[in-house]
Amino acid sequence: MLVMRGAAAAAGGRTLWSGVDLEVGAGEFVAVLGPNGAGKSTLVKVALGLLPLTAGSVELLGRPAGSSSRRVGYLPQRRSFDPGLAVRGRDVVRLGLDGHRWGVPFPLLLAGRRREREARTRVGEVVDLVGASAYADRPIGSLSGGEQQRLLIAQALVERPEILFLDEPLDSLDLPNQAAVASLIGGICRDSGVAVVMVAHDVNPILGQLDRVVYIAGGRVAAGSPHEVITSETLSALFSTPIEVVTTSDGRLVVVGEPEAPEVHGGRHGHEHR
Amino acid sequence: MSALAHLVAATAPARHAVLGPGAHLPHGAPPPVLGANLVSDLHELFAYHFMVTALAAGTVVAVLAAAVGWVMVLRRQSFAGHTLAVVGFPGAAGATLVGLPIAVGYFGACVAAALVIAAVPRGRAGSSRGAESAVTGAVQAFALAAGVLFVNLYNGFLNGVDALLFGSFLGITDSQVWALTAVAVGALALLVLLGRPLLFASVDPDVARARGVPVRALSLAFVVLLGVAVAAASEITGSLLVFALLVMPAAAAQQVTARPGLGLVLSVALGLLVTWSGLAVAYFSIYPSGFYLTSFGFAVYLVAAGVRGVSEARSRRVAALGRGA
Repeated sequence: MLVMRGAAAAAGGRTLWSGVDLEVGAGEFVAVLGPNGAGKSTLVKVALGLLPLTAGSVELLGRPAGSSSRRVGYLPQRRSFDPGLAVRGRDVVRLGLDGHRWGVPFPLLLAGRRREREARTRVGEVVDLVGASAYADRPIGSLSGGEQQRLLIAQALVERPEILFLDEPLDSLDLPNQAAVASLIGGICRDSGVAVVMVAHDVNPILGQLDRVVYIAGGRVAAGSPHEVITSETLSALFSTPIEVVTTSDGRLVVVGEPEAPEVHGGRHGHEHR
Repeated sequence: MSALAHLVAATAPARHAVLGPGAHLPHGAPPPVLGANLVSDLHELFAYHFMVTALAAGTVVAVLAAAVGWVMVLRRQSFAGHTLAVVGFPGAAGATLVGLPIAVGYFGACVAAALVIAAVPRGRAGSSRGAESAVTGAVQAFALAAGVLFVNLYNGFLNGVDALLFGSFLGITDSQVWALTAVAVGALALLVLLGRPLLFASVDPDVARARGVPVRALSLAFVVLLGVAVAAASEITGSLLVFALLVMPAAAAQQVTARPGLGLVLSVALGLLVTWSGLAVAYFSIYPSGFYLTSFGFAVYLVAAGVRGVSEARSRRVAALGRGA
């Protein structure tokens, strides 16, 4: 699905990470973790071909990244819709299906009518899949963050992608919604065999579903199963500073002493760390 | 006083350029009165050629403005629309001054301003909004000032300012109607062609970009389309009241429905309703058409907002009942 070899990326003239080797197989659930500004979103954008690599190579679905394919779903970092936006959730999902095609649907012709019916059926399927049927006909601006997020996941799924990139889909959701959306994504991955690459701030809501984690810190990357990577030894080596990983009684992992990466945009903040 | 009358008489052949309210009355004829007999009133409306051309031009403009306006309201670009309209005023006044048709002035100024707006790179959302709106405000004030100067330099008609700013449906020629129709058909064809990608780029630019939709190019194309629609609407409503046709029907439609297709159709229907009723009532009235067009547009918007309020209250009550059961 996704293969990165000796990859490196930069932002604002500073190398974010380098020497990254990564493979994501079909139906795998991979989390991209790390402190703020480490380059998690950049990793996703490089894989999609939206940003260039400074070294190495990246292949997506057997082709160089950037030859944009419909078999790739993408949910960018949290967008919230203008509260007054008068477009139904169902229409936003539909845009994921044919929003890139010129013109407007033309249901007056016979072929147009059939295509229209197929499109509506498919949109209905994914809206059901994410459990959004009850509110898909309301204006998307009037929906809650969790409801919008489910519809956006439906939008990313509507073209039946083989691999799905999700950038912090749990961000700014409350805890019950985080758990619900996480299990939804895990279920899609298991049941539909879609590979999922998900950027996350906190590993715990998805810990039970993960096949592998990619941890970015200090310009380097560690990859492996969650219990290999999120350990005191691995993270201490990655950050070059003592890190302690504590497992709580309910199985949650807590990383103690994790330093935040320096501000990527630099300049204004000088050498100050966030 | 006699000097002024002489001046008006000397420039009478150019009356079609800028006319004020009531000027369509033939000398000595009694003013038309809106009677109880609607059929004969309608008959009278269509008896005058200038009224038929006004209704034809109004129809074309209403359809174009309502469709483009629907996208403008969706994209939250009303401020850009207003700027284009205000820049149209010196364009039209300047065109009159140098002896060009007013329409050339409106279209030239609005499309040129649209190209300037499109060429200025927009900063990231939020970061440079303040500076951007300050610049636009300054440009708007200067445009109005320049327009007033041009009208005064022309010094033919004192009520010319009225017509340019607040609209006049009089003196629209057949060739103007044909030109408006050609422009509107072209603009609407482009809008249909851009269709879904424009909606995608307006609603969800990040994903649209990732899916290969040319978001920036679409935004440029739309601002130019907006310039064309504003110029066309200005010919009927004047520079300051273009929102009667550009914003009010579209905003009313978006109050009532969140379906894109239905919203567009509703916006056009409301635009036609406002235009036809506004022009018809203005014919029987001594007050300017811009007042009626805008008031009817505002009434439509208020009704739509009321409908939305009622239906939201009802759905809240239904939801509350559902939870209670």
